[in-house]
Amino acid sequence: MSLRGPLIAWQFGELVELVHETPRVSSLYFNIPMWPGHLAGQHVDVRLTAEDGYQAERSYSIASPPEARWVALTVERLDDGEVSPYLVGELKVGDKVELRGPIGGHFVWRAGDDRPLLLVAGGSGVVPLMAMLRHRATAPHKAPARLLYSSRALADIIYREEIDRLVAASDGLLVSHTLTREKPAGWSGYTRRIDAAMVKEVAWPKAQTPAVFVCGPTPFVETAADLLVGLEYDPLWIKTERFGATGGPGGG
Amino acid sequence: MQTSEMKLDGNAIAGLLGEIFAVEMTTAHGTCASCGAVNEVGRVDVYVHAPGTVVRCPSCEQVLMRIVRQPGRGRYWLDLSGVRCLEFAEG
Repeated sequence: MSLRGPLIAWQFGELVELVHETPRVSSLYFNIPMWPGHLAGQHVDVRLTAEDGYQAERSYSIASPPEARWVALTVERLDDGEVSPYLVGELKVGDKVELRGPIGGHFVWRAGDDRPLLLVAGGSGVVPLMAMLRHRATAPHKAPARLLYSSRALADIIYREEIDRLVAASDGLLVSHTLTREKPAGWSGYTRRIDAAMVKEVAWPKAQTPAVFVCGPTPFVETAADLLVGLEYDPLWIKTERFGATGGPGGG
Repeated sequence: MQTSEMKLDGNAIAGLLGEIFAVEMTTAHGTCASCGAVNEVGRVDVYVHAPGTVVRCPSCEQVLMRIVRQPGRGRYWLDLSGVRCLEFAEG
């Protein structure tokens, strides 16, 4: 019997604040007493245990930056999901949830990385990228950053007002939205699925050797990564996190 | 749903690997026993809808690892026969 415990132990976090982001998406702010701190881009695993002992476990990206007081998860409710309908719908402030983290070391970004930053998000894939942008906003020296964010409709854009505020700070962040299922009156963004022309307009020229993070449903991530390689980006510049058909890393 | 839509990457098994290994493993580099490609574990292809977790080489699609965890019994089966070498930093 080893005396070494698991690398990442399960513990309980208490929900201290609940913010409705869109009709299907909420941000859950947890107070986790033994939280060791995290990096932008990491995730947590959440585990629910039924009365009969059945357990369901899912991964959710951390939305809050390392500097924040609480650990925020932004969760999209999947009607046929085992965990997300509980987190978004039933969980109340004061309730406790079993979780472990922070998890992952590959899909992370540190504000000290001064390469131009390119973030490409499909739907709730924006969550870990938002942790990066929030982290960047607190940094004294800010790498230039661009976010290409694909949503179905205007009402589905997560963090829309906060993203507008980050852009308004004029500190080197550019955000391009695209809507795939709606063309609202007065909309100045793209209104189509991500394609080569869009990526070419938004992405940094390859000569600038950017750091790239792509997150979203698997088909979106595959398309975006292929388009970036088509711009002759080195595949090693591109870090991806696939959510599967939908949901968080590993399916929601 | 097509199999390709079920594909995840190494980030999705960071927690599971954290149960087995003493250090963070998505930044480890694995050498494929089949084609010799070296990939960061965060970049490998992962399928979790089988009874166990199947990890494939993103370069040649051969199986790198199979991981089965039996819930409740605290028992793991780890098949690393597709990985010639795992290189990782001290924790």
